[in-house]
Amino acid sequence: MTRLAAAVPGIQLELVPNGSPGNPASLVVDPAQAVAAAVFLRDDPGLLLDHVSNVTGVDWLDTVLKETTRVKQVIDGVEREVEQTTERRKPGYLEAVYHLFSMARKQGPVVLRQRTANRVDKVHVASLTPVFRGAEFQEREVFDLFGIVFDGHPDLRRLLMWDEFQDHPMRKDYVEPDDYEYEPTPHDEVLDKARRHYPVGATP
Amino acid sequence: MDEGLRSELSKQGVFTTTLEELYNWGRRSSVWPLNFGLACCAIEMIAASMARFDIARFGAEVFRPSPRQADLMIVAGTVTKKMAPQVVRLFNQMPEPKYVIAMGACAISGGPFKQGYNVLKGIDRYLPVDVHIPGCPPRPEALLHALMTLQQKIAAQRLTGPERPPHARDDAPAEFPVPQYGPYDLNPPHNPEVWQPAAVVRDEA
Repeated sequence: MTRLAAAVPGIQLELVPNGSPGNPASLVVDPAQAVAAAVFLRDDPGLLLDHVSNVTGVDWLDTVLKETTRVKQVIDGVEREVEQTTERRKPGYLEAVYHLFSMARKQGPVVLRQRTANRVDKVHVASLTPVFRGAEFQEREVFDLFGIVFDGHPDLRRLLMWDEFQDHPMRKDYVEPDDYEYEPTPHDEVLDKARRHYPVGATP
Repeated sequence: MDEGLRSELSKQGVFTTTLEELYNWGRRSSVWPLNFGLACCAIEMIAASMARFDIARFGAEVFRPSPRQADLMIVAGTVTKKMAPQVVRLFNQMPEPKYVIAMGACAISGGPFKQGYNVLKGIDRYLPVDVHIPGCPPRPEALLHALMTLQQKIAAQRLTGPERPPHARDDAPAEFPVPQYGPYDLNPPHNPEVWQPAAVVRDEA
């Protein structure tokens, strides 16, 4: 990481630890320096990370942080201690995650992440397809299902859904069309849908 | 012809038949499937065509790569909403008389992906399916059984009269409308001439 910081001037790096056993920490890079960082990771003789095994997206929703503080207030001339709750909205973001391996040195993975500014309009990250050719279709899939726009991608189109499709189905706030049809063994969410669409005793 | 007389004649070495029987015998014994697969069920279809299961015993080993030369469409696998218009278009391009076997849980109902965002809840929404095969995936024997069921169905078809098959009638549709891509689902979501939602009344909570 220090060598990466030295190689790419002005890079903003953040190391995110991973609590589960055996999983390495991941490296969050700023999209502006992502291509330079990827070139370094690929070409550095100590790393030689020449293989992208996986590109995926993560959707982090907006979170509301509640903070409760006890404040002294004067109400009707009497000083009382009142609990005050302040809500702070933490904007969500989309994340593109790359798992890099080295075929030459037989080591990995190094997990590289890029984050977008928010989930609505600033959804751009840098495409690593010019650096790793194998990322092309996987970045297209992430664009299709999460709506992350990869700047610099040679052919950014939808991969799995049709072109006319709106919305991005893998986002957490995706609302699917209400087209439930009965199946014999509904359970959980599907059971709720069955109850809504086929009320007991209703004549079709 | 009387069945008793016919069996008596055959004992005497005289073979009698009808034009209809001969015609249907020829058709059911040379059903040529369209050579296409959509998912893992296609692997079972390939296995059925190989030496161990040998679909050639039923005259259906000639998998045609062109819909113009095929009689039977085996919808083997998950039909995604993106793929469904192409499947309907291929079926439209097949010459009459033509048949459809929906193979596997996904092709008949959407299977485990029924509640998903990109899987069609069964190809019978757009095509007139003759034989449904359940299973995930069905064994090659199940496909052979479906083929035998289809052969029985072909053998029972009348060439004339009110019970003649759709391809011999003028009022039956010659081709099926290809669904269009919509913003969330296909448009229309099903072909009402082919398929209507089942009327289900739930009796328990």
